[in-house]
Amino acid sequence: MALHRLSLRLRPTVAHVRSIHTSRYGRQQEAAAVDSESEPISVFRTQENDPASQSEKQIGQFYTLPAEHIRLLFPHGLPNRYQQQVKTFNEACMMVRQPALEAISYLKKADYSKPALRYLFYGVKGSGKTMSLCHSVHFCYTQGWVVLHIPDAHLWVKNCKELMPSSYKSSRFDQPLQATSWLRNFKITNEPFLSKIKIKQRYVWTKRESTEEGRPLGELVDQGTSRVKSSSDVVAAVMKELRLQCGHPESNFRLAVAVDGVNALWGKSTIKKEDKSAVDPEELTLVYNLRKLLKNDWIGGAIITTLSQTGSLYTPKSAYLPQELLGERGFDSMDPFIPLSVPNYSEKEFESCYLYYTERNWLQHPQSRTEEGKKELIFLSNRNPTMFDRLCGFL
Amino acid sequence: GCLLQSRVGFGKVLCRSISQNSALCRKNLAAAGPEKFTAEFIQKQIEEFNIGKRHLANIMGEDPENFSQEDIDRSIAYLFPSGLFEKKARPLMKHPDEIFPMQRAVQWGKDRRPFHFLFYTGKQSYYSLMHELYGKMLNIEKHQDRLRSKGLFSKDGHKISLGMSRWLTKEELEALLVENISTHDYNRFIQIMERLLSMPYCNIEEEFVLRFRHLLQTQSRHQMVSALQKDENGVAFSSAEGCRKTSHSTVVLRDCGSGRLSVNGQDSLLYFPVLQDREQLMFPMQFTGTLGRFDLECTVSGGGRSSQAGALRLAISRALLSFLSPSEREMMRQAGLLTPDPRVRERKKPGQEGARRKFTWKKR
Repeated sequence: MALHRLSLRLRPTVAHVRSIHTSRYGRQQEAAAVDSESEPISVFRTQENDPASQSEKQIGQFYTLPAEHIRLLFPHGLPNRYQQQVKTFNEACMMVRQPALEAISYLKKADYSKPALRYLFYGVKGSGKTMSLCHSVHFCYTQGWVVLHIPDAHLWVKNCKELMPSSYKSSRFDQPLQATSWLRNFKITNEPFLSKIKIKQRYVWTKRESTEEGRPLGELVDQGTSRVKSSSDVVAAVMKELRLQCGHPESNFRLAVAVDGVNALWGKSTIKKEDKSAVDPEELTLVYNLRKLLKNDWIGGAIITTLSQTGSLYTPKSAYLPQELLGERGFDSMDPFIPLSVPNYSEKEFESCYLYYTERNWLQHPQSRTEEGKKELIFLSNRNPTMFDRLCGFL
Repeated sequence: GCLLQSRVGFGKVLCRSISQNSALCRKNLAAAGPEKFTAEFIQKQIEEFNIGKRHLANIMGEDPENFSQEDIDRSIAYLFPSGLFEKKARPLMKHPDEIFPMQRAVQWGKDRRPFHFLFYTGKQSYYSLMHELYGKMLNIEKHQDRLRSKGLFSKDGHKISLGMSRWLTKEELEALLVENISTHDYNRFIQIMERLLSMPYCNIEEEFVLRFRHLLQTQSRHQMVSALQKDENGVAFSSAEGCRKTSHSTVVLRDCGSGRLSVNGQDSLLYFPVLQDREQLMFPMQFTGTLGRFDLECTVSGGGRSSQAGALRLAISRALLSFLSPSEREMMRQAGLLTPDPRVRERKKPGQEGARRKFTWKKR
């Protein structure tokens, strides 16, 4: 670390690392470009806060997500532990990693007049799949796409408190609570688009209520949040509208469908009917319509998904490959897709995460700052991001 | 004759008439003290032992002349296999001197006059020892005077080198003298021995002093160090085994430079989700400071998660031995990394609910 090479102009920027003001952005960018290796404190941070402009040079470095974006884009999308960390550190720093960068590069280069491409993040437990998903979704958001983010598909197939027979099709089941909460979050995320997109079909909810065509999408969503009984059908309608409309030359938006824990859609569910027989996920309205959305028969968007063993039902703990978790039916439906493997931290990434925690004073134990302590942490966590985070939690 | 150990009540103490009440018998036993064996009895036992030894050698088809105690132990273990855990409860055949405690022969002759001149002190062996000790001290002083007269006296000449030894404990001294000594007597004895040691030119009585010193066991007991082998790529590796409770494990430690670890083909995080187990695995290498240096390939089976972790830890420490210097090996031994944990599950006893837990006691 060449501390002596720090010039006077760099010192104030280096000392105050937390700020993300754009006025300093330009100064820091040229400073970073000049000697990014010689700044000891920001070697693990990067000033490229826009996912679009991140490249392989920033792999292993942390970029800061603006607080506004967090509030709007991820009301429900981030992992719990990460949300707690954001609250503790008062900033949201995400690491730029290779799988997410790869997905973003494909998103940039993809041809959106062809059917939507499907991306699947897979990896061992705790390796950062959800975070990579959030990174890609952040990219889509900054590019001005409509984001349809389902935080965890497993929540829809288990622990259902209210199950109603569907009003639309008698064989299916509705989940009003989950549908309303999701619609609310969808509204927060895509506020600007709700007034721009107009629906193309007439939907009849009850004898007295209906939504005419040409009304903005926002009305449809409000209908769902206010009338809980028909919320699942509203979700289905929203999905259908977006699917049909994006890709048309007249609509100028692109759709990003982000599903976390996509293997839930083809697995088993723990919801039981009144006669104690298990409900197949296909019989749930939400799941059925989501599956229709995941089929790549629409254009003008991308489908980004992750596998998750943690919340999945009836799968062994050691399963992490797509074939094992998706099952036969799931794999056939998702095929073809672009698999993106999310490994544990590499040495450089681990190093930068360790420096980040040290800089944030998260590692308080005196021995954790030594070389020996670092080796112990590497051994104990095996460079797994979640394990490392949990270990440092009580240090 | 009895080949096996048996405490036969011999001697005058336990001869009692049949007409006595059993309750009185019991009281009599307690008051009599430890059993006393007469000299003829011991002699007879020794003859029987020797004859039995020859018989045993014939049974086993070995040479009766050169039949040593180890051979006897081996044969007995073969002929009478026992599954008892307590080693002292197993069948045993040893020389009577080792089995029966040393007892004093009768101290007086036919005319009932005692042999020893200090018999009426009550502690004749102790006082005779002190007398002898004083005699040695006078001897040393005489030697010093002789040297002084020759002019060769020097203050710090020729002390006894004690080495790694300690004084005999009170119990050991009692066993040596076949007599009970009080603590005060013992302390006095040690005090005077120390005084003797502090005198210059005491090496003339070295043999006498060493009789009362007990050599301490060599500190670093001999450990089996597994050999350091080299595989095809020239990478040095060593393998070792370890057990704990019912788990057995083998570990191959390669000197690669990466800290990779695989257990039964799986990642250590997957196999040991609990932090405690992984800390156990980390301990030997953290202690020696070789954390990132080695590559571990472990296989483990049996037992539960904690015992598997303990077995692996022992195997890792044993495998590490071949890479370390002797002083580091000593440090590891003192840290307890190389000691196999002897704790096994205690058996459940009849009449109790578990190994220690008794049934609920009901007053009525």
